[in-house]
Amino acid sequence: MFRTALRNVLAHKARLLMTVLAVMLGVAFVSGTLVFTNTISDAYQNSSAKGFDQVDVAVTPKSQEDEGNTINKTPELTQAQLDTAAKVPGAASAIGVVSGFTAMADKDGKLIGGGFQSQGGNYWGAKDPRYPLTSGTAPHGADQVAVDSETAKRAGYKVGDTIRISVDGPVLTPEITGIFTTDDGNVAAGGSLALYDTATAQKLFGKTGTYDEIDVKAASGTSQAALKSALDKALPTKLVETETGGKLADDQAEMIASSMSGLKQGLLVFAGIALFVGTFIIANTFTMLVAQRTKELALLRAVGASRRQVTRSVLIEAFVVGVVAGVTGLVAGIGIGAGLRSLMNTLGATVPDGPLVISPGTIVAALAVGVVITMLAAWLPGRRAAKIPPVAAMSSVHAKATTKSLVLRNTLGALFSAAGVATVLAATAMDGSDGQAPMGLGAVLLIIGVFILTPLLSRPLIAATAPVLRIFGISGKLARQNSVRNPRRTAATASALMIGLTLITGMTVVAGSLQKSIDKMASAAISADYIVSMANGNELSTDVDKRLDSTAGVTSTSPLRNAPSRIDGTTEYLTGVNGSAIGELTDLKVDSGSFKVGGDQVVVDDDTAKSYGWKAGSDFTVHYEDGKAQQLTVAGVYQGNELIRGIMLDNKVLTPHLTDPGDMQVLVKTADGASGATKDKLEKALGTNPAIKVQSKQDLSDDIAQIFTLMLNMLYGLLAMAVIVAVLGVINTLAMSVFERSQEIGMLRAIGLDRKAIKRMVRLESLVISLFGGVLGIGLGVFFGWAAGELLGAKMPTYELVLPWARMAIFLLLAATVGILAALWPARRAAKMNMLAAIKSE
Amino acid sequence: MTTTPVAGRTTTVAARATDLSKIYGQGETQVVALDRVSVEFRQAEFTAIMGPSGSGKSTLMHCVAGLDSFSSGSVRIGETELGSLKDKALTKLRRDKIGFIFQAFNLLPTLTALENITLPMDIAGRKPDKQWLDTVIRMVSLADRLSHRPSQLSGGQQQRVAVARALASRPDIIFGDEPTGNLDSRSGAEVLGFLRNSVRELGQTVVMVTHDPVAAAYADRVVFLADGRLVDELYQPTSEGVLDFMRQFPGGNPQTTEFDAKGRTS
Repeated sequence: MFRTALRNVLAHKARLLMTVLAVMLGVAFVSGTLVFTNTISDAYQNSSAKGFDQVDVAVTPKSQEDEGNTINKTPELTQAQLDTAAKVPGAASAIGVVSGFTAMADKDGKLIGGGFQSQGGNYWGAKDPRYPLTSGTAPHGADQVAVDSETAKRAGYKVGDTIRISVDGPVLTPEITGIFTTDDGNVAAGGSLALYDTATAQKLFGKTGTYDEIDVKAASGTSQAALKSALDKALPTKLVETETGGKLADDQAEMIASSMSGLKQGLLVFAGIALFVGTFIIANTFTMLVAQRTKELALLRAVGASRRQVTRSVLIEAFVVGVVAGVTGLVAGIGIGAGLRSLMNTLGATVPDGPLVISPGTIVAALAVGVVITMLAAWLPGRRAAKIPPVAAMSSVHAKATTKSLVLRNTLGALFSAAGVATVLAATAMDGSDGQAPMGLGAVLLIIGVFILTPLLSRPLIAATAPVLRIFGISGKLARQNSVRNPRRTAATASALMIGLTLITGMTVVAGSLQKSIDKMASAAISADYIVSMANGNELSTDVDKRLDSTAGVTSTSPLRNAPSRIDGTTEYLTGVNGSAIGELTDLKVDSGSFKVGGDQVVVDDDTAKSYGWKAGSDFTVHYEDGKAQQLTVAGVYQGNELIRGIMLDNKVLTPHLTDPGDMQVLVKTADGASGATKDKLEKALGTNPAIKVQSKQDLSDDIAQIFTLMLNMLYGLLAMAVIVAVLGVINTLAMSVFERSQEIGMLRAIGLDRKAIKRMVRLESLVISLFGGVLGIGLGVFFGWAAGELLGAKMPTYELVLPWARMAIFLLLAATVGILAALWPARRAAKMNMLAAIKSE
Repeated sequence: MTTTPVAGRTTTVAARATDLSKIYGQGETQVVALDRVSVEFRQAEFTAIMGPSGSGKSTLMHCVAGLDSFSSGSVRIGETELGSLKDKALTKLRRDKIGFIFQAFNLLPTLTALENITLPMDIAGRKPDKQWLDTVIRMVSLADRLSHRPSQLSGGQQQRVAVARALASRPDIIFGDEPTGNLDSRSGAEVLGFLRNSVRELGQTVVMVTHDPVAAAYADRVVFLADGRLVDELYQPTSEGVLDFMRQFPGGNPQTTEFDAKGRTS
């Protein structure tokens, strides 16, 4: 049996080509993901392990729980503690670490990197073992800085240059005195690092005389564990925590591995979608091969092969196909993995160097996926093959699908679809998170139902194209009839395309609607012209508000100052605002009371008010950070949103209680409104600071739009694989059809249909099938998008469904393009067919 | 050329091959399928082409019908010389001037009987001549089967649809490639009767390749091929006469299985 199966595979090489390609692409996606994530994860782990070379034990402050009405701030590590640590038995040296944010500008004044990975720190002593200098000298004093070599290279800085930097407010222009290399994980991942001498770093980061961490190096002969226990004895363990460098490196490695496994799982989901689409092609191909070999298989049965043997022979064929696809897919996947890494490097996302990791697990997974998917998909056709009666060897009639099975199929499909629609609709009526599970279940049911129903749906939907196809005369008529000739095959082919388009459309609908609603939220609640914030989301110096306020042309400003407090024994964050200006800078809907902030009058958002049971006129006591208490009165309750929420009180009341005030944002209203000139003026007023973003509402919208566009483009890219596999499916189906209908095509040529018309006939059939899949996919996608939006909308008052008509038209066009492209080769083959041979072939 | 029904025989030539040769391969492996064959098919005449296996009878028909290319010589359908025609013009010629009947019926399973009959006109984008269509359909007695699909028809009925399809567009000449090869003798006789009637009553020109002396006896004239050459012809043949004639050739006994199996060149 094995030999027969192998011969069959070889005999049908060409016909199996598309199947192999489809499985191969899926396997390549899987193995590429595994190779890429393993490689990256490995490289990061190596580089982070190296980053802990200088640390035998790290001492960090212990964060304190808030109790009762007091805010317990996390203590800072003192100089005394550092001195103690350096002198414990077994300690060779101790380094006090100070770190914070430092934005560096390139020579054009633009921020280097995205802001989130822009870090600053201290250069310890005369020669810091963590940061070997490659050129220049260590920084000394407020006017000197050292820059990591990667950043220096990227921006073209060298020793002696002046650089514009910013920590939390004013721009500084120190001189670069040194360039260093580092194993710091953040820098290895493409971030930047600026180093000051310790006193300067402490001053800049607001940590005068204190440290964020103490790294202790063990004397030779002392183990990390021994050093740790010595430190635990010497230091107040209520205030500090100690951990060995080995443990920290392990923890970090684990964290990297788990964050990578998130990425891996995400990618594998898309690989799974592509593979799932591939199963349709496999099933189609094997169904056809079995149908073509009915006589041969019946003969095998007639001469004594058992049903099981017939099934097995089909499965062995599938096995061979799976192995071939698995091996080629693995090779392609390794290529993809290597290619992705270099692509990331050229795109600027620095990935630490390391060898390409091809683990045994990857190889096993690739082969297993290829073989299992192919054999699973070939299982039904294999069973159908076994059902061929021996007598079929004598008759020329191919086994035809009985009407009974289609009746059963349609009933089943209708039940699934109805259950799916009902579940999804029920889920939309539920509350946000409760509805997620039922909605997912309903979506799966509905998709399965539509799969099962596609043969039934194909007839009316394709019949609807008749008026258009009539333009193409006989080619159009024949194409339409050919496309419904084998409804199951057409359905499977169209379904493959449907899956990809359902996901693409659904995501586009949700993303578009979300973007609109967030946009609306931001623009509706804010009437300020500009919102000023830090590039990395850190707090701005209070200086920023003062400067903006005194800038010519600015009519009013208000910071949004964030401060913790205790109310009724729980921690609540207060928002300090400029009470006299906040009314005209925001446009919040007031549910009750009046929007009045000043003195002991505060406004509260509806959610907070509800949770405390406050109404306009309620009084409550707030305990500030410094331990003082005050009674405040709720003047009004407003509708909060993602941007502005919480208890708003006047800064005149709040700020005296804060030791280190900082602002999340500053809202600015100008006399002339938002314009390029105004923006320039504001930026100039802030000293053209690379770390500070001055954004109009339009900029904010653009930012939001950009995030969504990026996210959507990534999803499109990932789903493209599923669409490519679907294209292979359409090619496969057409090639099969052309092959099976060669006699007809030969006859049509003989009685006078020219090559062009034959080509047109195949192309139109392809177009009809693809558009059928496209319409189903876009329809389902819109439905799912709408349903998911109903869930999201329960949480977001501004949510509204946005139907991306232009995009949907593009997707339909995409489906049409898929159809045209897929038909290129089969149509040519059909047109080139030798009509004499075709007429005679049976 | 006229296509109006003409009773009796005329001398107008519907198709003509002159010194027609068809050679496959080159040098040592060269096979001469047709060797300088010259033959005329007159209008309103029913001609059968016969010959033993490998004699080149199918090749002759394919070349004259514009289905296959030839190596040298000339083929004319009416006034049109086929040798100089490109595929496109050749296709158009087949569409407009030639009708075909194949051994395996070759109907489109997706079309009804009527749609299959009017297919050549649909391809040409012409409206069928209603009156003529009725005449043809009545002649092959398919009036009550027009909305059936091929799978719902018997073999004989399917071939009658094929005959009607060939007649419906009123071609200058109809070629049949073993049109009764897949039929039982009764259905075969019916189809041959229709073909003969179309010649006698409608003035149609029909050329048919067959290996069956009984089928050949329906023709007005039989031309015999052997080894790619035209060897003889017979007018008003009877099946006995054809059979006697065939026995003259080596391996030419039409009743042998060998003849059946290899009777068609491909």
